[in-house]
Amino acid sequence: MTLLPLIFDGVLGFTLLWLAWQLLGSLALFRAIVLFIAFGLLMALIWVRLDAPDVALAEAAIGAGLTGALLLAALARVEPPGDETANLHPEKDGQGDIVSVTEGGGLPFRRWLVALHLVLACGLGYAVLSLPSAAPGLSEAVANNLALSGVSNPVTAVLLNFRAYDTLLEMGVLLLALLAVWSLGRTPDAPAPAAGGVLALLARLLTPLLLLVAGYLLWVGGRAPGGAFQAGSLLGAAGVLLVLAGWRLGRRFAQLPLRITLVVGLALFMAVGLSVMLAGGRFLAYPPASAGGLILLIEAAATLSIGMILAALFLGSRPGSRGGQ
Amino acid sequence: MAIGELLSILLLLAGAVFFFAGTLGLLRFPDIYTRLHALTKADNVGLGLMVAGLALQADSMAAVGKLTVIWLLVLLAGASVAHLIAAAARQRGIVPWKR
Repeated sequence: MTLLPLIFDGVLGFTLLWLAWQLLGSLALFRAIVLFIAFGLLMALIWVRLDAPDVALAEAAIGAGLTGALLLAALARVEPPGDETANLHPEKDGQGDIVSVTEGGGLPFRRWLVALHLVLACGLGYAVLSLPSAAPGLSEAVANNLALSGVSNPVTAVLLNFRAYDTLLEMGVLLLALLAVWSLGRTPDAPAPAAGGVLALLARLLTPLLLLVAGYLLWVGGRAPGGAFQAGSLLGAAGVLLVLAGWRLGRRFAQLPLRITLVVGLALFMAVGLSVMLAGGRFLAYPPASAGGLILLIEAAATLSIGMILAALFLGSRPGSRGGQ
Repeated sequence: MAIGELLSILLLLAGAVFFFAGTLGLLRFPDIYTRLHALTKADNVGLGLMVAGLALQADSMAAVGKLTVIWLLVLLAGASVAHLIAAAARQRGIVPWKR
């Protein structure tokens, strides 16, 4: 029965390509965003088929869920609802199908662009197909040194120990993205939904559960798929749900405590790395005896920061910038 | 084939039939309210049958518990989101389809 997995994978891959085609060619932005969320979901399935459950978790939570929410929030602020193709002037043929749009380059330019992309795709396909089929890469080195890393999940070992510097820089990139969004100025405040409605009930029921599952993912990341980014994205999702239900951070917490929570992940990461260096080692080279505890500490701080950053990205403007909020 | 495996396959197939019916409803029903109704009802039952089928193949009671919690969460989320979409549609003035 080895034909069945092949058919399944083929259907997954073909549907992914078809979704990408549809969403890139869609003129209505709302439709494109919904297709993008479906695309992210299928991508997560494909990651599971490729035996990468950590990446699948991160893709489903951040790629499909949070990015979709961010895009929808941006769309709601850019276009009023029901006004989706107001800026484009499509020309329709006899049956009312859109044949061309008057924005953008002419037809010969687009044909050259398609040809260029086809050449690029063929080149990429040739490069991928000519890779050796069994390429272990660095997985043997990781497996040999896993006992020294302090955790038993090789993905967490690579992310938080062997390549900890990359994760440190990722945290910095997230913080920079938030600073960029905050520097863009105030966004119009969305109307608060009716108190006690379905959305408020959903937020009340789901937030404790999200916190619990985020804590579980953080704890289990050392030996099973999970970890700081997945747990942090669940915290971010809880924040998004609360923001949608109309809850806002109190003014007392919106100034210094919020900023402390946002930077504690990156700050603790750098503090651990520097203290290891001061104790005689190299930057971020944890001593194997305490590596497990250090990784858990860093991941806990990172989870808090990532969750707060993602929720703040969804909110858009700086909390407390309106005074009396 | 053991009776447990056979029952599991039957439950999974029944769940797939309900999902197909829900998707058919999404594509063919005349307005947003009937489409929401088809989606939530049929997909929730389909997921429940699939969870039952997978629970028969599960390794431990913990896995069965997790599958059941997933089904209950999908039920909660599906019902709430369907209500919110229908309320927003009503607020925008979309009238339910009458024959």
